[in-house]
Parts: sequence; structure tokens; C-alpha cells
Amino acid sequence: MALDEQGPAAQPPTAQQIALLREKARYIRLETIRLIEIAKVGHYSSVFSCAEIFAALYYDVMRLREGEPDWPDRDRFLMGKGHAAVGLFPVLADHGFISRELLDGYTRLGSPLGDHPDMTKVPGIDFSSGSIGHALSNGVGMALGGRMNQRPYHVFVMLGDGEMQEGQVWEAALFAGHNKLSRLIAIIDRNGYQLDGKVDDVVGVESLRDKWTAFGWEVHEVDGHDLNALTYTLRKLKADSARQRPACLIARTVKGRGVSFMETEPGWHLGYLAPADAQIAIDEIKSQEI
Amino acid sequence: MTHTLSAESWQYRALNAMNPGLSYLSNALIDLAHEGHPVVAGSADLQYSNGLNRFAAAYPDRYVQFGISEQNMVSAAAGLATTGVMPFVATFASFLGLLCCEQIRMDVAYTKLPVRLIGHHTGISLGFYGTSHHATEDISTMRAIAGLTVVSPADGAQLASAIKASVHWPEPIYFRIGRGRDPEVYPDGVPFEFGRAIEHSVGSDLNIIACGITVSAALQAAQALQGQGYSVGVIDMPTVKPLDRDAVLKAAGASSRLLTVEEHNVLGGLGSAVAEVLADIGSGTRLRRHGIYDEYSLIAPPTTLYAHYKLDAEGIAAVALEQLRS
Repeated sequence: MALDEQGPAAQPPTAQQIALLREKARYIRLETIRLIEIAKVGHYSSVFSCAEIFAALYYDVMRLREGEPDWPDRDRFLMGKGHAAVGLFPVLADHGFISRELLDGYTRLGSPLGDHPDMTKVPGIDFSSGSIGHALSNGVGMALGGRMNQRPYHVFVMLGDGEMQEGQVWEAALFAGHNKLSRLIAIIDRNGYQLDGKVDDVVGVESLRDKWTAFGWEVHEVDGHDLNALTYTLRKLKADSARQRPACLIARTVKGRGVSFMETEPGWHLGYLAPADAQIAIDEIKSQEI
Repeated sequence: MTHTLSAESWQYRALNAMNPGLSYLSNALIDLAHEGHPVVAGSADLQYSNGLNRFAAAYPDRYVQFGISEQNMVSAAAGLATTGVMPFVATFASFLGLLCCEQIRMDVAYTKLPVRLIGHHTGISLGFYGTSHHATEDISTMRAIAGLTVVSPADGAQLASAIKASVHWPEPIYFRIGRGRDPEVYPDGVPFEFGRAIEHSVGSDLNIIACGITVSAALQAAQALQGQGYSVGVIDMPTVKPLDRDAVLKAAGASSRLLTVEEHNVLGGLGSAVAEVLADIGSGTRLRRHGIYDEYSLIAPPTTLYAHYKLDAEGIAAVALEQLRS
């Protein structure tokens, strides 16, 4: 697809745009199943909770240039929950940042594509991740650099909700709030689960709204699977040049969304679907309109 | 109420303004910025300790105050480095080389970003501030991180030269530096080359390989021993990684005994690096690794500690004599 380098205006997306994003979210889920079949293990449900976030950012909101992953004025995307990279690689291929053939060798010997995103190996990955808690700080640095160099880009950092338990996140949040990094936008994939169970059972993180507000951020909440609301909110956050604070979007999501037997089953944080089960998941994803 | 202090009283900032300690660091960065290099400096609530307040005053738009958040500082410096600037971030070596180990490994070294990490007040130079503020493991931790250059300058002049040379060095760097009161070894503008030892002299009885603040003391110790009839050489090894293997082998070829000296645990530091080179080639050279012997330092003023741990000239001479007689 052709990318709009300037990004969209702060208007509600059209029905046609939403249809495209829906198709892309479906593509992300289906490709995730296909790639994990190669590796025989992967984070399905972590991708399924943020497939709409990937779609809204990479096919609508972000300022990108087809085939030029290093374009200096591109918007940046980082993710603290690097284990969802399997869902992002197909998007990078879609934009011509990596070849589609690379996807077919996902995780095989010598492939640049592993379970976590690696900026030294994968064009289009703006920063490596894997150790949870670093990404917001990395994004802070990029936003600072953009300000110093007077570049127009925005920095989007997607964080897991379990990631809120990492202390460094709050160091970065405090710094970004204090320094009014208004081109920094954090998106929390609030799917409610982490490896050991419900986030609120492991170590609760609420009230996220109160916490981020207290740290000097403008906080919004949205249904992270409602492409209309999600895309429109992100468009507005990006277009709001009057905002003097960084923005935090709490995206309420469902872990495993799109495959009924994965939804809210924490064991699916990591797993493998044998072909017969994968087919059921694929059929379900294809038949749904999320 | 205003009160005129007596001459013996002092407060931190006023003392710093009069005697800026680590002025070499800030001055070198100011020079680089002045020459047009895209230098950005950052500190974590220690700008008066590392002297970066002077850089901040000169280039306020190129200075970042991170507050007490060292890990955020390192990771953000990595993000900054992706935007075409060259970040120099500084804090106590005890925090940078230990607390921030994983951020350095993942965000700086693995990504090969040109971040310059300045771990200051290293070793036991913070004296009675205690173990939390000592860094006797940072060479070891940083040396084990692939792709990271580790530099331990002997004095301020060499530090300044290394900082300036770093704009032509593509790798991320960990600078392990003192507290700015290191005795002078070199004149201002001394040449610096990464990975290259400085051979002060070559001895036929013993060669001392030192880094950091111990270079000055080693030179004095060698002089004292020469007065006693021994032929003792001194090699300054400011780049602990990549190590100048040729310099080590040359020293080992010149004398049957070597002594390494460092303000660091004898495990994992310069001594270990030299031992690895000797072991690799099956050298029969007898090596004594001198430093902190796998223990936590006592509390005392720094100069007292240097004497206690035989890291001053007299102490190094005594250890060298033991090695000469071994």
C-alpha cells in the first residue's frame, strides 16, 4: 500500500480506511500463526492483543516512507513487550523494509528475525527490545534527539501492562513528564495478563490513569480493538501540537483476541498450535469482524 | 540571615566553583562542541561531582539533567545516539558499571551505538563514603560486555585526549575515571590512541603494567627501585579493552617478571586481561596481579586507603620488591 508520508489529519477515519485497517489486523494475526508454525513456539496471544495497535500505527497514523526504514524524519515505534515482534515483522515486509522471503525463515539459523526485535539485524526496527522496561527510556532519548535536532517526528512506545512493574518505566515517565516531551506517545497494551497470571494478581498496576497523570502525562483510554476509536484517538494525539505534555494511551485489550480458546487463558502467553488447532484459529480469525 | 563563613568552612557548590575537580571532562566536551561535534552531555544528579555543570552552562541546549535515574539515563542515551548525536553520560562508576550493566549491554553495546559512558570516582577514590560508592568491579563487568571499549586514563590530560579521540572511535566506550585529583602524568594535549599502551620504560628485571590513578604511583615506585639497582619498566595501559597484546608480550619478553597494578579487584580487571594474554601463548612469565584482593574496601580517607592497599608509590614499590624476589 502507498503510505501517506504526512500522516492523516485529526479526523475520524472513513469506513474505507477502517476496512483496510481491519484487513491488516487480520493479516497480522494470520501471519503470526504462520510464522509461529515455523518456530514451533511463540507469543500468539501477546500479538493478538495489539494487532489493531500495530495496524492503526503502521497503516494509518505513523509518518513513514515506503522502502526507506532509515528515513530520518519517520515516526519511530518501539515496544517494551518485544515478544510481540512476530506480529510486527510481517508489517515491515508489507512496507518494503524487509523482504517477504525473510519471513519464511523466521527463527531459522542465521535469520535476522527472532522472538524479539533486533535493530542491528532488521531494517525498520527502530530499537531493539527484549529486556522489559527499557523501551520508554529509549523513546525518551529519541524524542530528546528530535527536539534538539528540530526534527518533526513522533515517537510511539508500546508498553505491556505487566511492564508497569519495571522501575525504569517510571524513571522514564517522570523524566518525560518533567521535560514535557510532547512528541512522545506511550501506548499501554492493557490486556490484563502476564506470564504468571493476571497482572492484577501478580502485582497490581492500577490506577494507570492516576499514575500516568501524576507523572505529568496526558492520559486517554480507548478500546484497543475498536479500530475507529483507536485510530481516531491516535490521530488526534499526534495532531495536537498544543499539547505540552507527553501522551499516554491506555488501550484496553483482550489477550489472545480473535481466537476464542486463547482469550483470557494466560497459558497462551507462549505456546504452539499444531496444524489442526491452527486451522481452527485461522478459520475463526477469517470469519470474524473485530 | 546572612553569615560569613570562616575560612575552614565550605559548601559543595562553592567549593566546586573554586576547584572544579573533574574540569578536564567538561573542558574536553566544550572543545568538541565548539568544534561542531554533535556532543550531548548527561548526568544523573552529579553534575557538580563530574564537573558537567560547566558544560551545561556553556551548552544548555546540549545538556540533559536526568536526575537520580541512572538506568533511564543510559537507555535514553542509547535512544539519543540513534538521532545523530554523540551522548556522553556520566555518573559514579559504582552505579554506571554495576547498576546499569544490563542497560549498557542491551541498549548501548549490543546495538553498537556511539554512547560514551563516563564512570567517575571509580575504584576506592570515594574513601569513607563506603562500599556503595566504590567501584572495584567495573573493569570486570564492562570488559565482559562484547563490543564495549574500556578506557582507564591515568590523569586528566590523558582523559581529555581520550575524550577528544573518541569522536573518531566508532565503538561504544566506557571511561573509568577518577575524581579529578589524580596526580599529573602527562602534559595537556598528550596524544591518545585507543588500544595502544604507553611504554614509559622497559625493564630487564620487572615490568609494571598499570592503568588509571596507579600509573603515577607505579612510575614513582619504579624510580625508587631503580635507585636500589633494579631495572624496572612501566607501561601505562589506558585501554583495558581492546588490550594492547603486543605491549604485554614485549614486556613479558623483556623481563621474566611482570606486575599489574590497578585500583580494582584482582579478579577480572587489568591483571586478568594481562594474564589471559600470557596464558594464551603459554608464557612462562611470572605475573603478580596487584590491586584489591577480592574484598570490600575498608572505610578511610582515599589517600589512607591507597596506602593501606599498597596502591601508592611506596606500596607498589613494596609489592614490586616481593615480585622481584619471588
